[in-house]
This record gives sequence, structure tokens and C-alpha cells, in this order.
Amino acid sequence: MSTETLVELFERGLDAPICLTWELTYACNLACVHCLSSSGRRDPGELSTAECKAVIDTLERMQVFYVNIGGGEPTVRPDFWELVDYATAHHVGVKFSTNGVRIDAAVARKLAASDYVDVQISLDGATAEVNDAVRGQGSYAMAIRAMEHLAAAGFRGFKISVVVTRQNAGQLDEFKALADRYGAQLRLTRLRPSGRGADVWDELHPTAAQQRQLYDWLCAHGEQVLTGDSFFHLAAYGEALPGLNMCGAGRVVCLIDPVGDVYACPFAIHENFLAGNVRAGGGFEEVWRHSALFSELRGPSAGGACDSCQFYDSCRGGCMAAKFFTGLPLDGPDPECVRGFGEQALAGQARTDRAALPRPGLDHSHRGPVRGQASKPVAVTIGRRPVPAPPDRACDINPLAGFAAGGAR
Amino acid sequence: MPPSSSFDLDQPWRLDERVAVRPEPFGALLYHFGTRRLSFLKNATMLAVVRSLGEHPSARAACAAAGVPDGRLPAFERGLATLAESRMITPRVVTEQGAA
Repeated sequence: MSTETLVELFERGLDAPICLTWELTYACNLACVHCLSSSGRRDPGELSTAECKAVIDTLERMQVFYVNIGGGEPTVRPDFWELVDYATAHHVGVKFSTNGVRIDAAVARKLAASDYVDVQISLDGATAEVNDAVRGQGSYAMAIRAMEHLAAAGFRGFKISVVVTRQNAGQLDEFKALADRYGAQLRLTRLRPSGRGADVWDELHPTAAQQRQLYDWLCAHGEQVLTGDSFFHLAAYGEALPGLNMCGAGRVVCLIDPVGDVYACPFAIHENFLAGNVRAGGGFEEVWRHSALFSELRGPSAGGACDSCQFYDSCRGGCMAAKFFTGLPLDGPDPECVRGFGEQALAGQARTDRAALPRPGLDHSHRGPVRGQASKPVAVTIGRRPVPAPPDRACDINPLAGFAAGGAR
Repeated sequence: MPPSSSFDLDQPWRLDERVAVRPEPFGALLYHFGTRRLSFLKNATMLAVVRSLGEHPSARAACAAAGVPDGRLPAFERGLATLAESRMITPRVVTEQGAA
């Protein structure tokens, strides 16, 4: 089975997303410094319970197998469990990401009893020291407590979801040991300069040497460790990592945000990547199938400045969101290009360019410190600079790592 | 998980009850809620075979009924073996009345 052929089919888009991220709320009990959705405070325009159920009805009709629910901290929505039950009763599986705040013994037992619910506990350090510096005081203990409850309830194979940073890149073996201890599976994903992540990206993103070590570590662990296909820009080191290695934005994945806005990908909450809203006439189905942005993303893409690079077929230009929020041209190299072209491009940016980087479209950050975390409120920008050209490919949050190919040639 | 060599074209098979099938223009996508893995069927004939496995006494018979030419049978066998390996399809216990 030729993976290229499958990728080509997927690049032209599917009748329904394979994997849909749905951020149920911008409310969060934490204030992680790298939050990709700049969460903290609830948006008053959040979809109501009835509106959420209507979205689930649409997803059932479109045969979306499962949704990745996140936020914010989704479990702080009072109707969270009601919505999870409604989704699974309507044949839409749920994977949800949580910092663990609501995972007590009783909840863990309920979760362990369902085939249709999967849980991802976010943890960004294998030690409290490293984790809490990013996620806030006490957040490590909170996550560990949730994992203990899940393991005690017999929930096998829940995920420990780690954003790889300069500070935790040396702890990969410790993360793996932690996952093994709780019968969980480790999931490593890429730090994006999205949301508040843009403010800390320079200090937090792994160094070139760490990227190389990460790649080797991932190759050594194969399909035991999930990546959400998020490190496909590292494929230029050599062999591709497990997964499809393509940008899924608007093709096989997308994001529904708490107010019903549909973006091409969870890392691109910005008007340039906004395809429509589920509250509009045709609902989510119309946006997925007919929005101008998604149609464009499913068209042919060009490599631009990367066209002449012999590794373009491996990395395919990297992550659209990473380029967009660091101010690099969308058809140029990824800021973390393994050949160093991204770093060169960033070094060449004028100071004035850096000051005018695109800002996330929305900011729901807490206005004061949370758990020792001084989450910086972002000043409201009046008169945004002219936006870059619309994307021809958007970033990847691919669900297909470990994709099992079946079917005749 | 059984090794792929355990796939037998002459045995009765069925789609696992935790698998959802979504037809797509190129064939179909499969999702297993138990293993939480995705898979795909590359063409409509494979989809017809997989969907009808439970109604036939063997995978071979399901292929024949879907019009798979003899020359392509090995490719379908490999595809079905991959699906068996990932537990998308599972051996069926046959009772005297037929399919269980």
C-alpha cells in the first residue's frame, strides 16, 4: 500500500473529519504559560448545552468517529459529563484532555467502564519542578492524583500528554517510566507558538540538538509512543516517524471553538484560519463541506522557498501555524526546520517585523496570577497589521499516527 | 493479537462489533472503538467484502460474492490479514444454524 497515494486522497479532503478537536470552554482552573488557546476565563458566548447537543447530532449524521474534547479545562463545564454521555449514546466517541482537576475515584470508575471514552492527562514535566514552572503550582500533584485514580479503577491505556519543551526534553525516559507505572500510553506533541505559546516560544521550544535527540528517541520507541503526527517536520532527519506525515488542517481535522467558530486547526485560532461558525444556517456540515477556506486547503499546495530542498517531500514545509505565528512566510521553512533554514529566516527578521507578529484572534487569559503563574494579559491591539496571504496548507494535528493500513492494493 | 499468518481465507469472519465503517469516495474508513485505531479500505470492492463477511461461510466466499477476480485474491487476502491483525475483523464461531 503506497502511503503517498493515501496522503494524496486525504489531501483532497474527506466527507467528514477523521478527527475533530472541540474546545468546549475557554474557562480553565490553570494558566499554563504556553496555552495554545489563551484560555482562562469563560466566554459569555459559549455554546449552550442544547447547541452542543445539536453539534453532536450533526457529528453522528456525518459519522465522525470521535471528537477530541479540550479547552480550556473541559471538565469545569457543569454539563461536561452530560455531553460526554450524549455523544457516546449517539455513537460519537470522546477523547478528552484534562489537567485532572475533576478526575476523582468515582469519575475514574465511570470512565474505565466505557469503551467510548478515552482520557488524556496533560503533564509537561516528569517532575513537579519542571511541570509546575509551566503549568502552575500544584498542577503536577493534581495530574498524578488523577492518574492514580484511573489506574486504580483499571483504566488501561489512558494517555499522558506531554508538550515537549527545552526544559523537559531531557526527561523522555522518565515520562515513559511514568506512563508504564500507571498502565498509560505516552503521547508527545510539539510546542506551537500559538495562543500564549507565542509569548514563551523563544524560551521553551527545544534546541536543535534536543530536536535531534527527540527524533532518535521517537524512532527507537516506534508506535509505543503517540505523537499525533505532530513532529513530521523532523522526518527530514531521515526515516519518517509513524503516521501519515501530512498536514491535516481542513482536510482530515479541524477545530470547533467554545463559541462555535470552526478553524482549520487547533493551533491556528486566528481569523485567517476561520472557516465559519456552527451557529450559521448549514451548521458544521456546511462549513466542513463547502467553506471557501477548507476548499482552498484541499487544493494543490506549493513548496515556495522550500521547493528546491531535497527534503521537502519528507517534511512538506512543516507546520503552518508555527510559521504563521512566528511571522515566517507560509510557503517557506518551518521555524524549527532541521536544516536550520527557519532559524536563519527568524534571525533575518527585522525587529519591527517581530513586534508586529500576528496575535491570536481571542484572548481569554486570567487577568491575575493563578497558582503562582502570572499569566500576562495581552494588550488589545487596535488596527492589526495587514494579514498575510491566506494559507495554502495549514498546520497538522494528525490523528493518524499508527494508522493501520488495511485493504487490497 | 494473532499474527497475520493466522488469517485463514477459508474460515468464517465478521467485522468486530466495536468497529464503525464510514464510506468515503475512495473506499471507507474504519474505526475500532476498543483499540482506538483507524484503518481504511482502499476501494469499494474491499468495502463490500468486509461488510458481507458475516453473511458468508468463509472470507473466500465473501470475496467471490463481491466479484473479486482470482488474480486479485492474494491482494485481498493480505488486506484482510492486516485487518485481522488489527482486530478490525474477527473469526466467527459458526453454529449449526449458520452465522453466530
